[in-house]
Amino acid sequence: MALLQISEPGQSLDPHQRRVAVGIDLGTTHSLVASVRHGVAECLPDEQGRVILPSVVRYLDPAQGGSGRQIGFDALAAQVSDPANTISSVKRLMGRRRAQVGDVDKLSYTVVDEQGMAQVRTVAGLKTPMEVSAEILATLRFRAEDTFNDDLYGAVITVPAYFDDAQRQATKDAAQLAGINVLRLINEPTAAAIAYGLDNGSEGVYAIYDLGGGTFDISILRLTRGVFEVMATGGDSALGGDDYDQALAAWVLAQQGLSEAADAGERAALHKEARRVKEALSNAGSAVFQAQVAGRPIEQAVTVADFEACTAALTSRTMSAVRKALRDAGVGKDEVQGVVMVGGSTRMPVVRRAVGEFFGRDPLVNLNPDEVVALGAAIQANALAGNSRDGDLLLLDVIPLSLGIETMGGLVERIVPRNTAIPTALAQDFTTYQDGQTALALHVVQGERDLVADCRSLARFTLRGIPPMAAGAARIRVTFTIDADGLLSVTAKEQVSGVEAKIDVKPAYGLSDDQIAQMLQEGFATAQQDMQARALVEARVDADRLLVATRSALAVDGDLLTEDERQPIDALMQALQTIAAGNDAAAIEAASTALAKGTEGFAAQRMNRGIQQALAGKNIQDV
Amino acid sequence: MNLQSNDFEIFGLSPAFALDRQALDERWKDLQRQAHPDRHASADAATQRQAMQWSVRINEAYQRLKDPIKRAAYLCELNGAPIQAENNTAMPADFLMQQMEWREALEEASGVADLERMADDVADARRQRLAQVQRCADEQRDFAAVAQQVRALMFVERFARDVENRLEQLGQ
Repeated sequence: MALLQISEPGQSLDPHQRRVAVGIDLGTTHSLVASVRHGVAECLPDEQGRVILPSVVRYLDPAQGGSGRQIGFDALAAQVSDPANTISSVKRLMGRRRAQVGDVDKLSYTVVDEQGMAQVRTVAGLKTPMEVSAEILATLRFRAEDTFNDDLYGAVITVPAYFDDAQRQATKDAAQLAGINVLRLINEPTAAAIAYGLDNGSEGVYAIYDLGGGTFDISILRLTRGVFEVMATGGDSALGGDDYDQALAAWVLAQQGLSEAADAGERAALHKEARRVKEALSNAGSAVFQAQVAGRPIEQAVTVADFEACTAALTSRTMSAVRKALRDAGVGKDEVQGVVMVGGSTRMPVVRRAVGEFFGRDPLVNLNPDEVVALGAAIQANALAGNSRDGDLLLLDVIPLSLGIETMGGLVERIVPRNTAIPTALAQDFTTYQDGQTALALHVVQGERDLVADCRSLARFTLRGIPPMAAGAARIRVTFTIDADGLLSVTAKEQVSGVEAKIDVKPAYGLSDDQIAQMLQEGFATAQQDMQARALVEARVDADRLLVATRSALAVDGDLLTEDERQPIDALMQALQTIAAGNDAAAIEAASTALAKGTEGFAAQRMNRGIQQALAGKNIQDV
Repeated sequence: MNLQSNDFEIFGLSPAFALDRQALDERWKDLQRQAHPDRHASADAATQRQAMQWSVRINEAYQRLKDPIKRAAYLCELNGAPIQAENNTAMPADFLMQQMEWREALEEASGVADLERMADDVADARRQRLAQVQRCADEQRDFAAVAQQVRALMFVERFARDVENRLEQLGQ
C-alpha cells in the first residue's frame, strides 16, 4: 500500500495550485471544450486535431454486442444510414415535453413522452435528452483529462440566455450524469462577450447576436472596468441555422412540385444537402441542390437571392427580438458601440447584412464564431477555480424570463420580472380563499403572458397544515430564490402559524436525485469507478480546501475574533486535520460540516467588513 | 451595517427620493465586486452562504432604489405611510378624470400614430407625477401625499403597459 503523504500542519495544499477547469459549449449542432493554458484561452483538440465535436450520438443494437454507442464524427457519419438511432440536435429536447419541441415530426428519430418529458426511442431503449447530452459532455471531459493528464476540477457550461428553468436544470443534470462538477452555468452570449471584452479591453454597451444551430439569443451588455452587466436578454429557443436548412429544403421541394420527403432517411439527406448548399452560398453567388426524393433524383439551382427570399421571415424574426431587447434595456440602437456575432449561422452573409443595416455598423467577427463561446466559458471557469490572479472579471447576469404563480381564474401573478439581476429573492404574500382552508396549492410558471395557459409550467407544490382561519386571514409569504446559475427554488411560509413548505423546482421535467444516482449506478459512462474510493478522495479534497480557506481567512481577518471565539475554531481545524488523514469518508465530511458550522459567525463578520470596505472612501457627498 | 440595514444604508445613501442614477449603478457594481458568489467560488461553505445572502440583499435593494416608483413606495414605508394599494384607494383629486379620459382614448385609438401619441402623453404624465413625488418627499416631507401619488403612478404604469401591448399587437 502506498504511504499517505502528510504535509506539515498549516502547509498542506498550496492554495494557488492549478486546478483543471474548463469551459464547455454544449451546442445544438456541435460542442467544444476550452481551457486557459499559459494565460490564454484555447479550444482543446481531439487526437485527430479537431476541436469541434458534432453533438450527435448514435445508439447501436445491444444484440450486436460492442460498446453500444458512437459519439461525434462517427455518429454523424451514420446519420443518413441509421437516422432512427442517430440523435442530433438533442438540445432542442432538453427540459421539454414532446409537444413543446418545434417541428418534432421533422426529426429523423422518434420522440415520445415518458415520465413527463420528451425521450428518444432507440434500438437500445428509451434515452432521455440528459443521457444523450451526458455522452457528449463525458467525451469532452475525457478529452480535457487526457490533455492535462489530471482529473477535472470543474466546468463552466454555457446555455442559451433564453433557456428557462427546466432547460437549465436538465443541462445541469446532464453534467452530473457525466461526472462533471458544474462551477457555473453561464449564458452563451455573455461568454462570448467575456472572450471579446478581455481581448479588446472594451467599455460601453454591446449587443451580442448569437444565431446557433437551433437557438437564437440576443443580449445587451454594458462593460465597465471588468464588470459585465447584462442589461437585457431575449431570443427564441426554437430558431436557428437548422431552420434555415429546413426552409431551403422546403423551398427546393416546392420548386420541384413535390410535397415532402418519402421517409426519414430521405429527410436526413435533404437536410444535409440543404446545409451544404447554405454553406456554399456563403462564398458563392449560386449553388446546385442535388438529392433523391421518392427514389427520383432532383436538381435545383439556388442563388443567394433565392436563399435570402425563402429565409427572410426567419431573419426578420431575429430582428424583432433584437428590437424588443433594446427596448427592455432602455437603450437606443445608436448607443450600441459594437455588435458581436456568435454562432456558426452568423457566417451567412444574409444575416450579417441584416444586422449591419439595422445597427448602422459592421458587426465584429474577428473571433471564430464557433469557438468564442467556449473560450469565454474557459476564462470564467479559470477565474471561478481560483487559478486567475485577474481579480477584475465579474459577471452580473439577469433572469431571462419572468417568474410567477397562478392565481384565481388562471391568471399569472408576476413575482420576479424578467431581466432582474441574479442572484435574487423576491417575496409575495397570498391568502386563503375559503373559511377553514388548511392547504394551499401553488403553481409556478415562467413566461411573459398573463394567462397561465400561455406560460411554461415549472412546478406545482402544496403548503399543508395551515391552521383553520377565516377566508383571507392567513398570510402566506412565498419567496422565490434564484441562484447565480439562474436556477429557482421556492419556499412558502404561513406567517401566523409558521408552517413552511419548500421545493426545489425540478419535478416532472428534470430527473430526481434518486434517478440520477440510479443512472450512475447502472453503469453509465462514468460510473465504472469505485464510488467509495471516489467519495474518500472527494471528502479529503473538500476538507483540504476548507482548511486552506479557513486558515487564510484567519490570517487576514483574525483580529475580528476574541480569544474565546478563536479557540473553538482552532480546535475544530485540528480535529478535521487529524480525521482527514484517516480513511473514513463519512467522518471527514462530518468534521468538515462541523468546522463550516463553527465558522459561520466569523464568515458573517468578514463579509460585513468587506462590504464596509467597498463603501469606504465613498461618502454620501459623492452621490 | 448588516443584512438588516435598509436599502439606503446598504448603498451608503441618505434616504431621499432624488438620486444620481449613475452613482447608484457604480455603487452597485462596487458592492457586488465584494459580495457576488463568483468572488467566493473557492471559499468555504459558510462564506459562500454569506456571499449568496449579501448578493441577493444588494440586488434586492438595487432593484428597489433604481425604480423611482418602488423607491418612492419604500420611502413611504420607512416614514410610516405605507402604500397598501389593495385596501387604500385614495388618489390625487386630478387623477380619476385623467384616468377616464385615457381609457376612452385607448378604446377609440385606431392606428399606430394614435397609440404612439398616447404613449408620449402617458410618459409625460409619469414625469410630472414623479416631479411632484420629489417635491412632496424631499422638500415637504409629506409622505401621505407621496403615497397618494405612488398609487396613481401604479395605475399609470399599468396603463402604459396596456398601450405598449396594443402597439406590439400592431407589429411595432
